[in-house]
Amino acid sequence: MTTAAATHTHRDDVGSRMGMWLFLFTELILFGGLFIVYAVYRFKFPEQFQLAARELDTLVGTVNTIILLTSSLTVAMSITAIQQGKKHLSMMLIGITIIFALAFLVNKYFEWSHKISIGIYPQSPELLNKPPGEILYFGLYYVMTGLHALHVIIGMVVLAFSMVFIATGKINQQSYVKLEAGGLYWHLVDIIWIFLFPLFYLIS
Amino acid sequence: MTTVARTPEPDYLHAQTNRKGIGAWIFSTDHKRIGILYLVSMLVFFIAAVTFGVLMRLEMLTPGKTIMQPQTYNTFFTLHGIMMIFLFIIPGLPAVFGNFLLPLMIGAKDVFFPRLNLFSWWLFITGGLLALVSLFLPGGPADTGWTFYVPYSIRTTTNVIPALMAAFILGFSSILTGLNFITTIHRMRAPGMDWFKMPLFIWSLYSTAWIQILATPIIGITLLLVTIERLFGVGIFDPTLGGDPVLYQHLFWIYSHPAVYIVILPGLGVVSEILPVFARRTIFGYKVIAYSSLSIAFIGSLVWAHHMFTVGMSNTGMFIFSLLTFLVSIPSAIKVFNWIATLYKGSIKIEVPFLFVLAFIFQFSIGGLTGLMLGVLSVNIHVQDTYFVVGHFHYVMFGGTGFGLFAAMHYWFPKIFGRMYKNVPAFVGWLLMTIGLNLLYFPFLIMGYMGMPRRYYDYLPQFQTYHVISTVGSWVLVLGIIIIFVNLILSLKKGAKAPMNPWGGKTLEWTVASPPPVENFHEIPIVEKGPYDYSEYEIKPEIAK
Repeated sequence: MTTAAATHTHRDDVGSRMGMWLFLFTELILFGGLFIVYAVYRFKFPEQFQLAARELDTLVGTVNTIILLTSSLTVAMSITAIQQGKKHLSMMLIGITIIFALAFLVNKYFEWSHKISIGIYPQSPELLNKPPGEILYFGLYYVMTGLHALHVIIGMVVLAFSMVFIATGKINQQSYVKLEAGGLYWHLVDIIWIFLFPLFYLIS
Repeated sequence: MTTVARTPEPDYLHAQTNRKGIGAWIFSTDHKRIGILYLVSMLVFFIAAVTFGVLMRLEMLTPGKTIMQPQTYNTFFTLHGIMMIFLFIIPGLPAVFGNFLLPLMIGAKDVFFPRLNLFSWWLFITGGLLALVSLFLPGGPADTGWTFYVPYSIRTTTNVIPALMAAFILGFSSILTGLNFITTIHRMRAPGMDWFKMPLFIWSLYSTAWIQILATPIIGITLLLVTIERLFGVGIFDPTLGGDPVLYQHLFWIYSHPAVYIVILPGLGVVSEILPVFARRTIFGYKVIAYSSLSIAFIGSLVWAHHMFTVGMSNTGMFIFSLLTFLVSIPSAIKVFNWIATLYKGSIKIEVPFLFVLAFIFQFSIGGLTGLMLGVLSVNIHVQDTYFVVGHFHYVMFGGTGFGLFAAMHYWFPKIFGRMYKNVPAFVGWLLMTIGLNLLYFPFLIMGYMGMPRRYYDYLPQFQTYHVISTVGSWVLVLGIIIIFVNLILSLKKGAKAPMNPWGGKTLEWTVASPPPVENFHEIPIVEKGPYDYSEYEIKPEIAK
């Protein structure tokens, strides 16, 4: 053996999955910190949060929720496909997932730019004139959906790599734990949105 | 467990690799090499942070200006804190000795995710360099203290963002190490090593890793929020925009108090490891020590607000956090009593690692007892933000874990480098360090109780005697550290070749060659006995001599 890496040849899918789950815990707690901040300020300014939430378009939020939920379905299907050895189907399903993710981001882009065009962004004169609860609401809106969007982008990169690995045979019918990990990450992105959506869009 | 050395094969230090020179180290996924990488980089940061500390002490020798300007003093205590905490003492024992020893002690060939392990080191070094770079960027180094309290950290014009990002990246590195260790401990123990045959150091690493995973993301998001706040003025913590600075303190301490246990638990683990070896006696109350690590990790996560008794919390909140703080002392005290009980009727052999452990127990007890005083609400109001607090945590952090680290260095040095060090200079170094540390920090406790506020550049004349004693103590301490480092560094080349098991340890790392071969074990050992089985000494006490 020339390097220590070469000695590491054992395979333990349970352990790999365990590592991924632990990582997902840390992600949940990362957002958990933000949810604490949200809870504290909403408790402090309930009316102003409600008022501010009226600025958001529930329709756009709903469409994005449907998009993300469906994309979780396609990524789960791609795992089933690879388990059955259907390589091309699996790749296609991941492709569809990535397209859904793109659609989500495009929606988000239009939503944000609409807000910015009507003068609602951090430190804008328009926003600074509003009561503190609304400033905090929009601050949290940008931070939380922004951080979530960052996770969507990371998830897309992870899925794109999984697609390449399927093409090169690194992920195959016998060994698909990497795709499972990517899928788990994608479900995490989904589940965080499931909480963001009601907290920001449905409280008006 | 066969321990027969076969055909001489290169150890991990001399193994041939694909890369040459430094590349064979900084791209190595061997847990042993990564441990050494952490050791070297961490000691560099340690020396830098010690320098800041010594200069600060020198400044405090006389009232008013001694050697530096007030702003320099502010940046020094900030950098001293950030570097000592995030770059030295938090990664210290888990990243260096945990990496090196975890697979060896549980009979595995490496950690579960070797490449992730290397990536953690790269993150660590990136964070460390970022902290160093922030020193030289225009704007000047951060002056907020290591706590980054808002609103000052939002307003100050110094380089807070690089410092925040450094801490964020280091946190990420810490999370990945914790995740790796938990998976390794769950999945890679040698056959026969059930949970209660694991060495206690592994138990402490396991408890630590859970805190690393569960608490670090909170500081991550909090530091990120302060960064966003500074960059975009979002208003999450800024009171002028409706934000709540006390909320920041809560979030900060939700991580930073458990971080104290990230620091101390591996130190306690080292003591539990070294003590039975030099007492030649099975550790007293193995299971209770293992469980106490877990309960420290658990209760320690629920006490954060005892750092904030003066912010105007509700009385109920203060009572609850004070009560929980007292509860943490129970598992900590259990450990101390069990260690003492281990020594009782042991065949004690006094060596340098053992001396460090004894000093650890003494100093940790002072740190722990002053911690109880701080948990009392009425006393806390009196000594909040004084040198008493600073003295307390330096007793725990340096007198405890710092000494644990030096104990570990002397205990595992022969295993890691395959050489013995000279005993006399190590002993002198230990003596000077112990005297110096107590000279340095005991006056802190007295001054603090008299009302000397922490982080102040200037002080009233009645404190001067204590400041002088303390500053002299810092010189003695540093002299001790220098002697120890010189001794160890000279021994790397000139020390006598170390045998496989110089101390008579019973854990698995002593069943492989010193230094260990690349693959650790030719055959994965089968474990039948507990880790501290000294029954042969109990039957025939004379062989211990």
